[in-house]
Parts: sequence; C-alpha cells; structure tokens
Amino acid sequence: MARPRRPQARDAEGGSGKRPGQPRGDRGRRPGGPWPVTRRTGPAGGGRFTVNDGSGRGGLRRGTLRAEGEAAGTSRAGIGARRPGRGHGLLHGELGTRWGRRAFYRKFELYSMAWNLKEDLRDCLVAAAPYGGPIALLKNNFRKEKSPGSRPLLEIYSASGVPLASVLWKSGQVVELGWTASEDLLCIQEDGTVLIYNLFCEFKRHFSMGNEVLQNHVREAKVFHTEYGTGVAILTGAHRFSLTTNIDDLKLRRMPEVPGLQKLPSCWAVLSQDRVTIILLAVGQDLYLLDNTSCSVVTPPGISPHAGAYVQMAVSFNYRYLALFTDTGSIWMGTSSLKEKLGEFNCDFRAPPRQMVWCTRPRSKQRAVVVAWDRRLLVAGNSKECIQFVLDEDSYLVPELDGVRIFSCTTHEFLHEIPEASEEIFKIASMAPGALLLEAQREYEKQSQKADEYLREIKDQNLLAEAVRQCIEAAGYEHEPETQKSLLRAASFGKCFLDKFPPESFVWMCRDLRVLNAIRDYQIGVPLTFAQYKQLTIEVLLDRLVLRRLYPLAIKICEYLRLSEFQGVSRILAHWACYKVQQKDKSDEEVAHAINQKLGDTPGISYSEIAARAYDCGRTELAIKLLEYEPRSGEQVPLLLKMKKSQLALNKAIESGDTDLVYTVVLHVKNELNRGTFFMTLQKQPVALSLYRQFCKHQELETLKDLYNQDDDHQELGNFHVHSSYSSEKRIEGRVAALQNAVDEYYKAKNEFAAKATEDQIKLLRMQRRLQDELDKPYIDYSLHDTVYNLILDGHHKRAEQLYRDFRIPDKRFWWLKISALAEREDWEEMEKFSKSKKSPIGYLPFVEICMKHHNRHEAKKYAARVTPEQRVKAHILVRELDQAADAAIEHKNENEMNLVLSKCTAATDSSVVEKINRAKAQTLKK
Amino acid sequence: MSPLDRIANVSVLKQHEVDKLYKVENKPIVSTSDQLCFLVRPRIKNMKYVADIVNADKAMGRSRKYKIIFSPQKFYICELVLEEEGIYGDVSCDEWAFYLLPLDEDLLSMELPEFFRDYFLEGDQRWISTVARALQLLNSLFGPFANTYGIGRCAKMVYEVWRELVEESEGDSQARRPEISHVFLMDRDVDYVTALCSQVVYEGLVDDTFRIKCGSVDFGPDVTSSDRSFKVLLNAQDKVFSEIRNEHFSNVFGFLSQKARNLQTQYDRRRGMDIKQMKNFVSQELKGLKQEHRLLSLHIGACESIMKKKTKQDFQELLKTEHSLLEGFDIRESTSYIEEHIDRQVSPSESLRLMCLLSVTENGLIPKDYRSLKTQYLQSYGPEHLLTFHNLKRIGLLTEQAPGETLTAVESKVSKLVTDRAAGKLTDAFNSLARKSNFRGISKKLGLVLERKGWLGLEEVVRLLNGNEFAPTEPVMEENPAWEAQRVILAVFLGGCTFSEISALRFLGKEKGYKFIFLTTAITSSARLMDAMLEAKV
Repeated sequence: MARPRRPQARDAEGGSGKRPGQPRGDRGRRPGGPWPVTRRTGPAGGGRFTVNDGSGRGGLRRGTLRAEGEAAGTSRAGIGARRPGRGHGLLHGELGTRWGRRAFYRKFELYSMAWNLKEDLRDCLVAAAPYGGPIALLKNNFRKEKSPGSRPLLEIYSASGVPLASVLWKSGQVVELGWTASEDLLCIQEDGTVLIYNLFCEFKRHFSMGNEVLQNHVREAKVFHTEYGTGVAILTGAHRFSLTTNIDDLKLRRMPEVPGLQKLPSCWAVLSQDRVTIILLAVGQDLYLLDNTSCSVVTPPGISPHAGAYVQMAVSFNYRYLALFTDTGSIWMGTSSLKEKLGEFNCDFRAPPRQMVWCTRPRSKQRAVVVAWDRRLLVAGNSKECIQFVLDEDSYLVPELDGVRIFSCTTHEFLHEIPEASEEIFKIASMAPGALLLEAQREYEKQSQKADEYLREIKDQNLLAEAVRQCIEAAGYEHEPETQKSLLRAASFGKCFLDKFPPESFVWMCRDLRVLNAIRDYQIGVPLTFAQYKQLTIEVLLDRLVLRRLYPLAIKICEYLRLSEFQGVSRILAHWACYKVQQKDKSDEEVAHAINQKLGDTPGISYSEIAARAYDCGRTELAIKLLEYEPRSGEQVPLLLKMKKSQLALNKAIESGDTDLVYTVVLHVKNELNRGTFFMTLQKQPVALSLYRQFCKHQELETLKDLYNQDDDHQELGNFHVHSSYSSEKRIEGRVAALQNAVDEYYKAKNEFAAKATEDQIKLLRMQRRLQDELDKPYIDYSLHDTVYNLILDGHHKRAEQLYRDFRIPDKRFWWLKISALAEREDWEEMEKFSKSKKSPIGYLPFVEICMKHHNRHEAKKYAARVTPEQRVKAHILVRELDQAADAAIEHKNENEMNLVLSKCTAATDSSVVEKINRAKAQTLKK
Repeated sequence: MSPLDRIANVSVLKQHEVDKLYKVENKPIVSTSDQLCFLVRPRIKNMKYVADIVNADKAMGRSRKYKIIFSPQKFYICELVLEEEGIYGDVSCDEWAFYLLPLDEDLLSMELPEFFRDYFLEGDQRWISTVARALQLLNSLFGPFANTYGIGRCAKMVYEVWRELVEESEGDSQARRPEISHVFLMDRDVDYVTALCSQVVYEGLVDDTFRIKCGSVDFGPDVTSSDRSFKVLLNAQDKVFSEIRNEHFSNVFGFLSQKARNLQTQYDRRRGMDIKQMKNFVSQELKGLKQEHRLLSLHIGACESIMKKKTKQDFQELLKTEHSLLEGFDIRESTSYIEEHIDRQVSPSESLRLMCLLSVTENGLIPKDYRSLKTQYLQSYGPEHLLTFHNLKRIGLLTEQAPGETLTAVESKVSKLVTDRAAGKLTDAFNSLARKSNFRGISKKLGLVLERKGWLGLEEVVRLLNGNEFAPTEPVMEENPAWEAQRVILAVFLGGCTFSEISALRFLGKEKGYKFIFLTTAITSSARLMDAMLEAKV
C-alpha cells in the first residue's frame, strides 16, 4: 500500500524557516492511486504574460560592472573568458553590490526547443509551471472572429518543447492560464469559470469565481501559490478583486473596493504575508494595499518623489521582495512588506517592460531583477550598472527558486546567479582550493608532475577537504555532464589524499546528478536545477514523472536510489495500474491479468484503489476482478458497496471477521434494499443476521419481531413475547396478552412444553392478582414456589393447598416448601399436624434438619424418632444425640456410620460414646 | 476491584482532578462538573445510557463537555447508536487500546467476560479481532510464535485474523528469537465439563465462594474475624497463597497448619537471642513474618468459611453426584438429587449448573427429565427462565436427547477422552490433585500435542471435538535443545478459563518442565457461565 508521504518541510528559499509545508487535501489513509501527485512546490508567480516584439538575432551580451566600493574588481570582470573545455555557450555577467561581494550571473541554454511554433509567442496565451514544469499555449485566443476553423487550440509541451497533448478549445473566452502546484492547468475564463485540465489536456473539473463575475467579466487574473495551496485572484470589469487561496478548498473572498478607482489598475500583484493573502495594486502614482477588510494607500520607503507612475511590479518567488517599475525607468527594490528599501536602479528605457521577475538564489545576499522588453533583457541589482542582453525573438520569463528560465520559439535558457562554489573554481586565476584541485587532477591526467605541485599547495594550507567539498558542490550546479564529471573526478582524486573523508556527500552527489541528468534529458524535459530538485524532494519528483506517465523511468529511479518498495516501486506500479484500467481497448480479463502479472504481491500495492479507479471509469466487472486480488477484505468492502454489489460485500465482510465491517454493510444494505429483500439477504448470512438482531434488540424491537415473523421463527417470537411480558409491559392485562401471544407462538413452534409453562404463568399471574386484591399483599412476580411459600407463611393454608392442586406441584416440592415455611413461621403445631396428614414423600429427615436449622431441638427430636432406619444415625447426629446415633450405627453394623459418629465426638464430653463404638468396631473386626 | 483499579485507582484519578466516579448505568448523574468522561466497553447498552445522560442534560439546558473513551476499541455500531440518539455531535470519542491485564506472573486476562455470551450464544464475532490484536501485541513483544495450535471454530478465526495482522506488520518486525515456543488456542465450548464441575483446588474454591475479581478478593468479616473486610490481592507475591493455591482443598488445612508451625518456630527463634541478633531479627525478619502471619490467618479464616459453607450445602454429596455424572453411573439417583436441589431452592445457578452437567455428560437429558426438571426450575425461579433454557439449549449446554443419540455412544465419546490408557500415566497425576476425571480433558490434549508436535494421530479425538483444529502446516523449525528445556507455552482460552484449569496446567508444566503462560478472555467459573446464560428481569 502506498501511503502519501509527508512533504518535507523545507523552505522555498532555504533558511527562512517560516513557511510550513503546503497543507494537503487528503491526509490520513488513502492508499494507492489517486493522491494529488505533486505535493509541494514553492510559490511561483504565474503572472500574466505579454509578448515581446521580435528583434534581431544576437549572441549573448556580457555586461561587466563594477562594484561601487571595489575598484579593483574591474580587472577580473572578464570572467566571461572562460577556461577552455567547458562546452556550452554561456556567458557571465557581473553585478556589484553595496556589500562588497560581487555577484556573477550566467545564462546558458537548456534546450533548443523541439516545438515547431508557427505562431509568435506573443499571439498566444502562455503559462509555464515552475520547477521545470510543462508549458501551456493557447493559440488563436485573441482572435475575435469565432469561426469553427479558427477555434483556439490548447497545447501542452514539456519544458523542452516536446508536445504532450493538445485539444481544440470549445469553451468560453480564456483570460488567463496557470499551473497548480500539482501541475494541473487552470484556464480562467471571462465568465469567471475556471476549468481544470491535467497535463494531457484531459478535463478534470471546473469551478466558478462567483456570480458577480458573470456580468462584469474577468478582466485580469493571476494564479499564485502559497502555503495554502494554489490560489486564483481575479480583477473584474467593475474594478473589484476576488480571490481564493486554495482551489481545492474553494472559499471565495471578495476584496474591499478601492475608493475612486475608475479604471483598471496599471499593474497589480498578489502578496502573501504572515499567511494572509493581500493584493497590491498601482494606479498611476498611487499604490494601494488591499487586505480582507480595508484598502490602504502605501508609499514605498525611499522612493524618489519624481519616480513617476508605476507600470510594472514583481514579487519574488518567496514573496519576500517586491520590485516596482515606473514610467521614468526607475526600478525600486525592497521588501514586500514595504518597510525597507533594498536598492534602486535607473535604466534608460521608459517603455513598460513586457515582464519583470526576480532572480535570486536561496541563501544568497544578492537580489536582482530581470526585466524584459521586446528585444532587450536587463539584469539589475543594487548597483549603478546592469547586465544587458539582446533578445532575438519573443521570450517568456519563468521565475524559479534559484534563477529565471527564459524560453522563446527556438531556445530555452536558464539565467542565474553563479553560486559561490562554482565562482571560486571557475573564476579566472582563482587560487581557491577547489580550482587548484581541479587543475591538479587535469595535470595528473596529463601525467604531469604539476599535479603534485597543485596538490601540495592545497595540502600546505590544509584545505584539501575544503577543495573536495567545493568540487562536489560545484558539480551539482553544472548542467553539462562533462563538467560534472570533471569536477567529480577532481573530487575523487582529492579524496585519495584524505583520511576519513566521509564518502556520503560524494556518493549522493553522484546519484543525484545521475537522476537529474536523466530527467533533464530532452525527451523527458524536466530541467530541474540541483537546488530545485532538493526543494522539490525525490518523492515529488517521482510523482511528477508518474503524472507524465513516465512509469519506467520512475521505477528505474526508485531502484537506482534503492527507495523502499513500499514508497517507491509499489506506488508507481499502482499508478501505472490505475492508468492501465483506463485503456478501454483491452478486455477486462486482459487488463486484470496484465495488472496482476506486473504487480503480483508487491508489498504496498492496494488492489482496491486500482479497482476503485476502474469503477470510476465505468468498468465494474474489471473492478470486481481486480478486487479478487485484494488480500484484505476490509479494503474490498467499501468499493463493493459503492458498486452496489452488496451481497458480495456482505460475504467479504463476514470473511474478514470484522464485525464493524459487517455492520457497515448490513446497515448500508438496509437502506438500499426494501425490507423484504433485506431480510432475505440476511437470511442467507447467519452471522450478519445475528449481528443485526443484536442491534435490533437494543434499537428496533419492532424490527426484531418482523425479522422473526419473516422466517416464521415461532420459537423466537414466543421468546420475544415472553420477554416483553416482563420487560416492556407494566399492566397485568398487557402482560397476560403478551404471554397469550407467546402461547400461540409456542404452539405453532410445536414447543408444547414452553406453551404449557406459559399458560401456567398466565394462570399464576391471574391468581396472584386475585390474591393481591383479596389479601392486600404484593404477590405479583413471585415464582410459583415463592407464592405458595408466602401464602403458608401468612397462614393461608387453604389457598396454598389450592395452588398446590391447581398447578400440580409435585408432592416432594410441596412438602419441602411447606415445612420450610412453617418452620420459618415457627408454627410447630401446624407442622406436626402436617407431618401426620399422610406419609411424608420426603421422609422425616428434612423435618429434623429444618427444625434444627431454626434451633428447635425439641421438635426435631420428635421427628428424629420417625425417620427411616437408614437415616436414623444422621438424624440423631443432627439433633446431637450421639449416644443414640452410636446405638443405631452399631445396630446397623455399618462401619461408615460408626466412623461418622466418631468424627462428631469430642474427647471431653463424649468419651463413653467413643468407647462404645470402638468396642463395637472391635467386635465386628473379630467376626 | 475493577480493571481500572488495577491501573489507576481512585486516589490516582483524584490526583488528576477527577471529581467523582460513577458507574455507567441507567441513572441520571448528579454532578456540577462541566466535563463528563465515560470509560466504557463498546456496547449498545452503554451508548444508550450515555445518550440518556446527555439528553437529560440537554433537556435541562445544561451544557457540558462529554468524552467517551472506548476500551479496547470503538465499534462502528456504537457511533451509529450515538447518531441515532442524536448526540453524536455532542460527544467526542477516543479509544483506549487496553488489551491485557496481568493478573499474575503467568496469567494475563483481557477482562472481557462478555466474550463468552457474545460469541458462543449470540454468534457475535466482534471480539475476535480484539483477541487477535492482543496476540499480535504479545507477538510483537516476545518475538514470533514458533508453533501455533488451536481447537475450535473461534480459535481458528482468531488465528486467521492474527495471521493477517502479522503479515500486515511484517515489514517492520525484525527476525527475533521466539520467546514463546508454543501457542494453544482453545474455545470454551470444546470443554464445558471442566468448567461446570465444582472446583476443588483452593484458588478455585475461593473464587467459587468469594468471587475473585481482577485477582483480588474481598474477605468479609466472617473471614477476617473482625468487623472489617479486607481486600487481598491473590497472586504469586502472596507467599502463603502461592503455596496452597493449586492444592486440593483437603490438603490445604494440613499445609496451613504446617505453615503455622513453621511460623511459630521462626517466632520462637528469638528466644535465646542476644541483643544484636534480636536487633537483626526485628529489623529484617519480623516484618516479613508479621506479614506472613497476617496472610496465614486470613487464609485460615477463608478455609473455615469455605468449610462452613460447603458442609452446609453437603459439599461431599454434591461432589459425589458430580463424580457419578462424570463416570456415567447412578444417573437416576443424580437426577433426583438435582430435583431435590431445585425443590429446596438451594441456589438458582447451582441447580442450573447441575442440570447442565447432567445434560453435557449424558449428551442431553431424556425427554421426561428434560421436561420435569425444567418445570421444577420454572416453578422455583419464575417463568422468565424459559428464555434462559432457550439460551442453554442454543449453546448446547442443556439439551434434549435426540432419539438416535444413544447413551452408549456418548459414553464412549466421553470415555475416549477420559480414560485413554496411552496418556493415562500423565493424567493419573491429576487424580491426586483433583479427583475430577475430565480435568484431564484439556491438559491431556495439550500434553499429547506437545509430545507429538501436532494433531497427527489424534484424529479420533479431534473428530469428536467438531474438527476445527489446526496446526502449523510448515515444518516446525529445528529446535534448539538448550531452550527446549525451558519452553514457554502460551495457552489462550477463548471464552474464559477456570482457576482449576490453570492449576492443572501449572501442574503439568511442573511435571514436564514447561512454563505455561495463560491468556484468557476472562476468568470464569461455573457460576459465571450460568450467569452469562441467565435471562433475568431487568
């Protein structure tokens, strides 16, 4: 069974530690298939995209800049002149900062795009998912004429431009496209409807952004990601904002009105601060902040009063920074809380940029903004200088966790700040340990003794471990396998000269890179960087591969990384199976067989989940077949119920031996079937029937009766009436009636004994009632025995006699009863009279016993004389006449009896008796 | 004493700010607390009580917080009832997975007396998984069970559910050396005879007379010979008790007097001690002796009390009747003894017990007796026992002889179990322990299985026992003689076991050098079995 894994609580940008993992819809035990495949991604601004003008092709330009405080920096600025042997055409730019450290930027090609776009990007609605996600294009969207031939076309491509799917758009006018954190495509329509498609253009569901939108239309929309999930914000024609922070748990919030807003704002953005989602919008020179309740005017600190009107704004990947672009070409950079200014840049271009995004790197002090115009790309930091590139064609920026992806019709590039480790190693004439180690290894391969010199230089500074670490780290930042290899080779080389360098980092880097290279492959097209990969976690990456139906690759990765079957292969196989059941062209048998063959008894596989999927696709028979493979009945039952196979469900539930499950089915079936059929069903399942009876006994007595009626179980019906005669009925009439019912049922059940006994009880009840009335004493609810006993106790001997006759009480019982009662009454006279009325059927020993019990030795003695000879010894012992007992025993010549008497003797008082017996015993012995 | 007392007694609960303790029953609760916590078994009846209380509060406009803690687990049906009663939203529920209460060093009880009636009478299998989980708990604590055997349908189901649990959790358990070598699962209905007989070992008698609850007994004033009653924990820790618990009652007095003499000599040692020795004696031994002294006098008091009660009811004659029933002679005489027993209204459950014993040993009563005994009983104790008889019939304890089932066939069935000469040697030992032949029933079966490692060769016996036995199919793993000697055997009783049965197995263990651990759904006795069948007025 594959359980959803918890997302790793990592930060979008390492170190801040504030943002918890994105909450997930389905927690708890939902094994197997349909969990949302992508669990967590960092927030990404899925901003509205406008397309650039084309301009001439051009190589990448390099901008060299000097930091204000560091004059010497310029000389080294030519880092673009790279060491030989590093293949791809990347160039570097350098930005200085106020803090003294310079940052280098580089842009390199990820892919040349496989798509063969005939349209310009600017003619399409574009959305690209972060973390190397897919790209969606909606073509012909802006055409006004809606002839069938020119319907919009929705196309989805991998990041390398490999087409994944396409569909002709038949719904309404789309305003905006965006990707959810689980890589579903959101298509926001003008009428406020949001349609959700998966990667393969398969429609999943839709929801609406509210009725108010219907009239006013959605004018602009943005998809955003926060810790709550994927959200959608819209701006209506009435200049009002509405948003939801989680489309999976839809709660619409209508934001307050902006006072005096007469036209659409020039630009706006969604911010997330302290878990509150707010909207920042600019109207001319004014900035407004909209939260749940109010609208406030804000001014960024330190902005020049002549800055002009805001035309573009950008929020960083982690929502911490904000950049504003004004129509005077000034870029203000600061925290998104608008409390601090981080920098300012004035560029020569006043035209509103097509796109502006942040380019940062986790744990880096550097912050830069990438601004794109039609044919120009500018990287600006807090420095007077900037880096500029010329764009040859329409390009689109995708902000990422650690950089910016830029794709156009032909290429897909990545622009990022060069991490320290890479910089140290590859900087010209760098004397950093990593750089020296790399050099040493190269020399070593050339079999040059210089290798030793370099190595010694590092070792002398005691920096070899640091060098190895640098090389390993830098390898992670490289996309080109050759570069990765040379760095790793250097690390491996350096490791040989180190004692006890822990191997894990090296081993893991090799493994991770192998995985990364595999998924960056052009066919797969997921250009994740190392930082993104770590942020995303391997589990989510696997989910994304599964989402792209790349099952073999996902399994290979699991096997390669030796993930436990439970977490890895099983889950992927389960997904595969869930996909497999949707293949309608194969017969149920074939599919079931294929699935079982591949899955077998792999641990963690939940056949019931796969079956559920099959059922969702309308393949009930297949679902049942698949359920047969499910070893746990508990998992089979709910689905069987859902498929209305209640009989089967009941069987399975009973097999499982889990009463809860049986109850679930029984009560489900009860509501589903009519009463008759329901009872018939139960009839076939004694276990279920007895369970249901128990339930009825407490909750539905009438149903219980119906149940018995249904199967003509007269015995149980009789019992039922008897039970109600003393539990629910209080009046005598009611009780008699209930008992009479019982009598009838018992006769039907041919249980004459019970019928007679019940009849007797009716008779007794009536009698007791009469007695109660006449004698003014409670008799009801006494047993027959107790009734008679009480009558005698109260001296109503006549009535007792009558009961004795009426109920044919056995003589023995009556005698026992009578003498006990008389003794308790201490009516010794009556007892004697009774004893003489006729010969006692129980003998006279009981008389002795009872008299003695009531401590009347005198009376007891009377009866002791009358007992049969065999009981005489006992009787005498009882009345403590040991002497006579001894005589009787001796007379009987019964040794046992003699011993019994002996055992009762005490030496002090009964010595004569003892003597007598011993003598007798001796005599018997002689004989 | 209730299971809760063994874990957290009233004072502990009070320390944790429990204001007052109530029994969950059909009564309103008068309390000013604004929180009520119900600790209940998951039964429909209990849910109704809770619902009544909550609804009564609602009617009065009181608002309180309610928490229901189900032990050992929550059942769907309970939630359903809460829902039907309209209070599902007012209460919060929790589970307390409490499975095993150690009553003694070798005795674990699940304290589920309802198991017997629920499963064997009502056919309710709800506790099966509970027992399986308890087994799984032991399994996880003491390593895998090497061999598992079972007799009875319930045993089989428990075994299967447990295997499933094991398989589900297999992933995270590492291979360990098994500490428990054999497990025996036994259904109560495999052998009613033993449970229905009077108990004659001391512990059993104490249970029959005073009712041991949760391993503790309340000795009343007649035992303590003072005006107070004492609560005494009966377990191996009680030095005096541990020596006599498994003894036949007739030996107990001798034992106790011997013990008293020993104690006296130990006391006497202080004569002729010098100061230093005396100091030692007082500081080290005296306390132990005093304690022993106290216990000794308590047990002597208990014995006296038992003697008094038993002689009054002609214990000897009772035993004689039981014996003849077991041996199958003097049936007529026994029947009239039972009749008289009923007529004299000695005790409802005793009479019922004897009737059942008669029925079980004779494979049903002959129709005439069946009718007359029942009539007598109804006359004595009221008509509602018609239902009791119905229950007994259903469970097979009190039945009418079917025409075909002749007495002789049954006789041979019982005698097969009882007087098999092959195993006679082993079981003869029990004759000294308790003169109850059927006592051998269970222990003999176990002994044989242990010797033969499976039911093989016992098909005959097994066939007579409804044929629901099972044994591990895979070959038993090679056993290491080193720990063979100290094998630990877990005996699981489904539906309860009596102290006599425990004593018998302890004895067997001592003879053969095994250590038995007992796991029972509850401690039972003939009276408890009968009570479970009673359909009394509410």
